[in-house]
Amino acid sequence: MMRLVRAVLVVGVLLALNRLLPSFLNPYYMRVLMLCGISVILAVSLNLINGFTGQFSIGHAGFMAVGAYVSAVFSLHLGAGWMRSLAALGLPESMAQGATLLAALLIGGAAAAVAGYLVGLPSLRLRGDYLAIVTLGFGEIIRVLITNIDAVGAARGLPGIPGWANFFWVGLWVVVVVLVSMRLARSTHGRALFAIRDDEVAAEALGVDTTSYKVLAFVLGSFFAGIAGGLFAHYNAYLHPNSFTFLKSIEVIAMVVLGGTGSVTGAILAAIVLTILPEALRSAQELRMVIYSLMLIVLMITRPQGLLGSRELSWPRFLRRRAAAEGS
Amino acid sequence: MTQDLLLELDHVTMRFGGLKAVADLSLQVGRGELVGLIGPNGAGKTTVFNLITGVYAPTVGRILFQGRAIHGLKPHVIAHRGITRTFQNIRLFGSRCCRDNVCIAAHQHATAGLLDAVLRTSRFARDERDMMRQADELLEVMGLTAWADVRAADLPYGQQRRLEIARALAGRPELLLLDEPAAGLNPQESDHLMALINDIQHRFRVTVLLIEHDMRVVMGICRRIAVLDYGIKIAEGTPQQIRTDPKVIEAYLGEEVPADLGADA
Repeated sequence: MMRLVRAVLVVGVLLALNRLLPSFLNPYYMRVLMLCGISVILAVSLNLINGFTGQFSIGHAGFMAVGAYVSAVFSLHLGAGWMRSLAALGLPESMAQGATLLAALLIGGAAAAVAGYLVGLPSLRLRGDYLAIVTLGFGEIIRVLITNIDAVGAARGLPGIPGWANFFWVGLWVVVVVLVSMRLARSTHGRALFAIRDDEVAAEALGVDTTSYKVLAFVLGSFFAGIAGGLFAHYNAYLHPNSFTFLKSIEVIAMVVLGGTGSVTGAILAAIVLTILPEALRSAQELRMVIYSLMLIVLMITRPQGLLGSRELSWPRFLRRRAAAEGS
Repeated sequence: MTQDLLLELDHVTMRFGGLKAVADLSLQVGRGELVGLIGPNGAGKTTVFNLITGVYAPTVGRILFQGRAIHGLKPHVIAHRGITRTFQNIRLFGSRCCRDNVCIAAHQHATAGLLDAVLRTSRFARDERDMMRQADELLEVMGLTAWADVRAADLPYGQQRRLEIARALAGRPELLLLDEPAAGLNPQESDHLMALINDIQHRFRVTVLLIEHDMRVVMGICRRIAVLDYGIKIAEGTPQQIRTDPKVIEAYLGEEVPADLGADA
């Protein structure tokens, strides 16, 4: 019962913010906020693969692209039909739209998860740099495929995607991916993932089915990457293969590493910082990317373990600290 | 042997290229026994453990556990069947606290699935509670209660060795394989460990197969000892028999152990 109340509360707050925010924030800030949300989903999902399980994947943009294009194609070709039949059932337009978007996102996420399964399976015997090369190859193959499939616009890009993704949907998926990650981390399954990262041989010897868990991390991580891609497609209303280059994957890795590998809250924080930073530096004009890179270098030198290390930000810890500080 | 047979190695050979690490080894361990496996460096002792736990599949021969063949199975399946181990070169989950280290090994007994974990169902809560309680019990037995929330990598060496044993016990094994548990410990620490291993064996009714370099440890607690040299079993018997076996003395000649053997006898 408490749970239901909490869920309704979250949805209510998100809906209210969705209604109110545009009147406080200009469209530019709104856009940065939305991109922050999408970055958070990407970083937290990659954290499941790179951070929790320690599998170095640099193909995250590929999974995002699969989700983005599959959900966009769904909405473009079937979206109108779904909307009509849902409206015929008596659903108000906004809800019919939301339901169609949800279906598009889930189908995109599922497609990305299948891709994650297919990539994860052969790469099980590989680790470290070898796995990185395989995932890098996968990401590039996806991008080149898209560039050459005429039905999805090839190198021209895919325009005209309905712009259904609003703050509510991005916020909702941020909540879902963070909740799933956090709860996973504090369960026996999460501990199994951490065990694989720390010592795979020992994990296997103590009864952890390392093969299944490594694939599971891949599937789950790529599912949420696909969702982020779908949200991006339905927010941007236009997709181009160049949005999903190898550099995009590196950007997400930078978020995970900067946040502190394995830390969910760290990934969230770093995703927000790394999305806002290039925007905030716009006034520096041509020096923008130089300063951005310099800041990254300085951060990694001064805090090689990442912003939060492997810790999580949490209210109890914060309150305990405060209490301890006041006590002394 | 009057007890029923728990583990049986039946003419097992392990070849790595041209090297025979284990040659035609037959060894039987009865339920409830505490058997020692000794031998000079490079005798193939750890390879035997890796064969039993499924890290390697034997080139020739069979390995039976509770009457069922286990050779060729994956290590985690063998762990589920009831064999867990410690490692000679400590392999803890360094970034996790001691309690988590123990809980990970109890993982195989969890019934709550992924969805239970995400939705925090009552089954998940019960599982977690059981695991935590078991972990705390094991940590207490091993004298690690004070370290429960400390990262495994930050533990002193002796505590790390004990955590390895606690972790191996969390899988509720029938057969516990200890790979040089006293390596690197000082005499007091290894005396303490011996007592602990004895205690564990009775308390958890677990069968123990022990690799050890420290002769005092093996002679002190094992009723039966098998000696490996160059992958071949050169002797098997009670500590008294082993001490006086000329082949064993020859195998160890040139190392510091024969003096030790003579002194103890």
